[in-house]
Amino acid sequence: MRAEGILRLLAGLVVLAVLGLAAFLLLARRAEIAPDASAATREFAPELVARGADLAAVGNCVACHTEPGEPAFAGGFDLPTPFGDIFSTNITPDPETGIGNWSLDAFRRAMRQGVDREGNHLYPAFPYDQYTRISDADIEALYAYLMTRPAIRREDTPNELIFPLGFRPVLAGWKFLFFDEGERPVQSDKSEDWNRGAYLAEGLGHCSGCHTPRNAFGALAESRHFDGGEAEGWQAVALNAANPAPIPWTEDSLYQYLHQGWNETHGIAAGPMAEVTANLRFLPDADVRAMAVYLMDQMGTREPRVTDRADLAADRGAELYAGICAQCHEDSKPLSFGGVALSQSTPVSAPHPQNLVNLVMFGLPPADGEAAPIMPPFADALDDADMVTLLTYLRARFSAAPAWQGLDRIVRDTRSGEYPVTTLPPNGIERGPANVNAAGG
Amino acid sequence: MATTLKVNGAETRVDAAPETPLLYALRDDLGLNGPKYGCGLGQCGACTVLVDGRAVLSCVTPISVIGSRAVETVEGLGTAEAPGPVQRAFIELQAMQCGYCIPGMMMRTEALLRDNPDPQDHEIRAAFQTNLCRCGTHMRIMKAIRRAAELYRDANPVQEG
Amino acid sequence: MMSGRPETAKPFDLSRRQVIAGAGGLIVGYTFLPAFAQVAAPEAPAPEPAHLPGSLDDTRLLDAWIHIAPDDAITAFSGKAELGQSIKVPLKQIAAEELGIGIDQLTLVNADTGRTPDEGFTAGSMTIQYSGTALRNAAAQVRVLLIAAAARRWGIAPDGLRAENRQIIAPDGRTLRFGELVAETDLHVEALPESPLTDPANFRLIGQSLPRPDIALKATGGAAFIQDLRPEGMVHARVIRPASPGATLIEADIAAAEAMPGVVAVIRDGSFLAVVAEREFQAIGAMRVLQASANWQDGPALPDQTAMSAWLEANVSETGTVAEEGDPDAAEGETYEAVFTRPYLMHGSIGPSCALAVLERDDMTVWSHTQGVFADRDAIAELLNMDPARVRVIHAEGAGCYGHNGADDAAADAALIASKLPGRPIRLVWMREQEHANEPYGPPMLLKLRAKLGDGGMISAWSYDLYSSTHTGRPGGPPALLAGQMKADPYPPFVGKLSIVPTGNGDRNANPYYTIPNRRILWNFIEAAPLRISSLRALGAFANVFAVESAMDELALMAGTDPVEFRLRHLEDPRARDVVERAATEFGWSGIGEPGGTRGVGFAYARYKNLASYLALAVEIEVDPAVGDVRLVRAVAAIDAGEAVSPDGIINQTEGGILQSMSWTLFETVTFDQGGITSTDWSSYPILRFSHVPDSVAVHVIDRPGQPYLGAGEAAQGPTCGAIGNALRNTIGRRVHDLPLSRERVRHALQA
Ligand code: FES
Ligand code: FES
Repeated sequence: MRAEGILRLLAGLVVLAVLGLAAFLLLARRAEIAPDASAATREFAPELVARGADLAAVGNCVACHTEPGEPAFAGGFDLPTPFGDIFSTNITPDPETGIGNWSLDAFRRAMRQGVDREGNHLYPAFPYDQYTRISDADIEALYAYLMTRPAIRREDTPNELIFPLGFRPVLAGWKFLFFDEGERPVQSDKSEDWNRGAYLAEGLGHCSGCHTPRNAFGALAESRHFDGGEAEGWQAVALNAANPAPIPWTEDSLYQYLHQGWNETHGIAAGPMAEVTANLRFLPDADVRAMAVYLMDQMGTREPRVTDRADLAADRGAELYAGICAQCHEDSKPLSFGGVALSQSTPVSAPHPQNLVNLVMFGLPPADGEAAPIMPPFADALDDADMVTLLTYLRARFSAAPAWQGLDRIVRDTRSGEYPVTTLPPNGIERGPANVNAAGG
Repeated sequence: MATTLKVNGAETRVDAAPETPLLYALRDDLGLNGPKYGCGLGQCGACTVLVDGRAVLSCVTPISVIGSRAVETVEGLGTAEAPGPVQRAFIELQAMQCGYCIPGMMMRTEALLRDNPDPQDHEIRAAFQTNLCRCGTHMRIMKAIRRAAELYRDANPVQEG
Repeated sequence: MMSGRPETAKPFDLSRRQVIAGAGGLIVGYTFLPAFAQVAAPEAPAPEPAHLPGSLDDTRLLDAWIHIAPDDAITAFSGKAELGQSIKVPLKQIAAEELGIGIDQLTLVNADTGRTPDEGFTAGSMTIQYSGTALRNAAAQVRVLLIAAAARRWGIAPDGLRAENRQIIAPDGRTLRFGELVAETDLHVEALPESPLTDPANFRLIGQSLPRPDIALKATGGAAFIQDLRPEGMVHARVIRPASPGATLIEADIAAAEAMPGVVAVIRDGSFLAVVAEREFQAIGAMRVLQASANWQDGPALPDQTAMSAWLEANVSETGTVAEEGDPDAAEGETYEAVFTRPYLMHGSIGPSCALAVLERDDMTVWSHTQGVFADRDAIAELLNMDPARVRVIHAEGAGCYGHNGADDAAADAALIASKLPGRPIRLVWMREQEHANEPYGPPMLLKLRAKLGDGGMISAWSYDLYSSTHTGRPGGPPALLAGQMKADPYPPFVGKLSIVPTGNGDRNANPYYTIPNRRILWNFIEAAPLRISSLRALGAFANVFAVESAMDELALMAGTDPVEFRLRHLEDPRARDVVERAATEFGWSGIGEPGGTRGVGFAYARYKNLASYLALAVEIEVDPAVGDVRLVRAVAAIDAGEAVSPDGIINQTEGGILQSMSWTLFETVTFDQGGITSTDWSSYPILRFSHVPDSVAVHVIDRPGQPYLGAGEAAQGPTCGAIGNALRNTIGRRVHDLPLSRERVRHALQA
């Protein structure tokens, strides 16, 4: 009897599920918005286009929508995810392969709801869960900017996703569970700057995209807002009270860092963050300031934790440090071109060693034609054992935090490419090939 | 303090402090002219040598980390009488103006070709992003790298299996 | 070679010790030393001597140029130095051609105050023009004298005799060796104004692209550079320099440095501070310690880098007229007006400056990669208060210098150190940051241009106001040397003087080489120089051609004419027209198209110095509007450098010029704040890297056999800049007037 009851219950659930799925599939595709043949030839006020350019910089649209070495915004950039590879789309105003026949309505729907002009759901690799927070006016400015870029004819590359994620209607379910549409409300108890900063950082800036961890479904774990995350093989540090910088950030230092990609007491932006700061440099000062105000409120204040146990035993690690790091990092040359004192380095004090491993292994490739720091790569100069010895020494000497665990494996996997890392020059413009020089070894 | 180095196939002892950059050991102690001082900062590639077949900037690599690994300089690629494939390519195409940057370029070519016998233009550009030339010899250097790849393939036919 | 101490390097074998000991007096090289002869016995003022070709005019004796030994060894001497521009092979080609010998039967000695003629500086693309012309005439006259000697011996008429393979050959097949004839031939005679030059139709060597022997040497690790000299007993020196130009040294922890391992000496002379150590890295370590402990009194504050135009305008000391014709103010026409600027630019040699010096008894020998061994010798002698005859400066090759960089300063540094440590060969190398911060730069310029387009789409008037200091900090003497300014009892810094000469300086190519009825070109001269400056490849021509060629394109647009067509309309010189047409044809020029895409083309032309090589080029560029990045994709140039001695050498120099100029044009600016230079390495002074290398560069040489050599080394600098600027305008629809055409400026222009 009991077994029969259970079976009946199960059958009922299956029926429900099937009905639910049918309903869901009905919702799973939205109506197409008619192509607008005149869209790409429309004239826009230059001020609107200029504001759109600033906003595109905050959104760092160019980074994901450009394949290295190919025309800007023409798509094709490979975004590896735990679920497979997603290739960004062409967002130049080419009518056939880009968004040249998207009306403003169609563009707005994509930004707000993550649905393309034809009505397909978009993958949240396009961070519409954050873009949904921005204002209609800003969406229009972005639209004006993109529609006035050179039209590039370039077919999109199909995504390569694990089953069943290649089936877009599944995204409707994802949205149902994790997506919350709508503009960001103003918080009246906070300053105007704070609100502006929050608007930029949580909207177009999509800081959370990297700096908040994700759950098993790839959605942001909002309960752990700004606890730190990961992007392209780099650790995105916590932007709340858990921020590991030895010298706490201040509004000024953060402003300078965001604006020019480096700060005396913290060093330089590396990895994908280099791309972010490379873009923010074009933003009006007041906006960058506002972001600093908001982010400072998230991090709060605390005492500095600068450590330098210079009296550590003169062992192999100390010898390596003297031969490899000290030349630049104990130099009197000011940042951005001299190395930061390692006692002030966030990667040395961070909970996870990945960023330091990346920096020592791959260095900071030169930014062609732009003044920007260069750090030589040490992947081929140092074998794994010396690399681990050196990093262990740096941690012991320059950080109050406990020793890292599993450094050997991290070094090994980073070198072999088992753990893929994207290297970028410090101005973030040219993308270096992943794991430059690291293969073999 | 003496360090033993294996350079161009021969073992030698270098009597220098362990943090001494490999560049000075090669130039001053071993009398090699190939590796050049350009910046000492790892920014220009003039000092490029091979360590176990991979391109390394000798100006920022202390002798203490080399261990038993094999160091190669341009002197190890061949001689004026019997130049190796990379040297032949640069000579054949007269790929030099002042030539100061060229030994570093040749060592990077050698490293690239050992890794990738048929490099595409964008791969060459990426690999050589580290190496500066102020004379503007780049067009010839690119040609010489492509020519070296041909000569290299002839000299080292791909083994089956 | 692999282990143990390196062999003592060759050039040191020529040191004064061997010369004196071996020859028992000043004989060997000095017989042929006109400079020395002048010192010893100045020639009595004579009536105006006849003008001789090239540098023969200054060094008039044949045996100063060509020496033939009894054993047939033939040596040619040139006061010009090898600076990475590969001049040795063409000079040998020229001399060997006229002597009727093979290129391998001749040794060439360059730039040694103890041995070669004084040919001033190796600069301005003038080596082949001056030294080549002198050698060619001298060699032809030596051939004639040898033939005459043989004819005398045989008692026959010289007519049918010829020189071949180091022999004079009679029509009947009899031969006499050069070495036999030289005893009865006086080569210590003044050259004649006219020489029986070989007919270009019979050239065996000139016009051939022969391989450079130094390339195989450099590719296999041979000792080829000054950096490779390692004389016995050599020690390593480093200097310590302040961040602020003109700073004076208050104190430094000399004792701490002296106590470091390997340190031989710490030398202080006023604000001149240096350390000498047994090993190179020991010297560097001690230098760092001194640097960290040194306390300097800053020099005068530097001007605001972002306001250099205003600074230039405010500091005009006098105005000179470069050219004036008609009345540009009164001429009729539609006006085009624009202001162009260029920043301080760096030579940025890949090998930092290096010098070797040794004081033995009372004789100082200095090896230097200077462009001017004679001027450097005089300056060093004065600096050290020595008789110039006791100072010998020998040229040794350095990395490419592209003008007057830190070489002379390093030579003076080394000599000053050597003067305090007699007997020890001192090897001094500047650190990268010292080279970047201390070399003399190419100066900033402000260019105000105003032109009118008159009837028939022809330019009716041209006014040009150039603001710039001098572009040459030499000869200058000790005041032009850093050591001269830093040592105790310092010399006041070098001050440039306005001087308007046909070859031009800051005003080089300021006067457009186009048919324009009314023109006024003024040089608003600035005497003050907050940063040390000196000759950088092409001097003022780089920015002047940029301004002129930008204006030509704008005027063509106003006239509704294709820019190539517009240029031809204003060019009468057929050789100028030829390069323009050739470049356009080879490029496949078909107009500039409409702006708005990501690719565009541009054209430019100039005759270097208005009297040397003709060069035109067309370029295609690619702009990334999102970041403002510009990449030169393709360049096609045509050059007429007169008779082409080595076409491949001309091509190599021109390709290099195009790429280097592209780097200047797109990327480069010396940066500074009040306290000093802030562009002190390759991260802060970025130059071309491989990602911006063009897809193709083609150079077409228009050979002019029998025509004078015009020099090729610098002709591409200005036109390349002009063509890229024009291509940028043609791509984005807006002109950027300030160099460099950086990402920031391009992005800004796109948004304006
Ligand atoms: S000298 Fe080593 S990278 Fe420049
Ligand atoms: S050939 Fe002179 S620096 Fe490359």
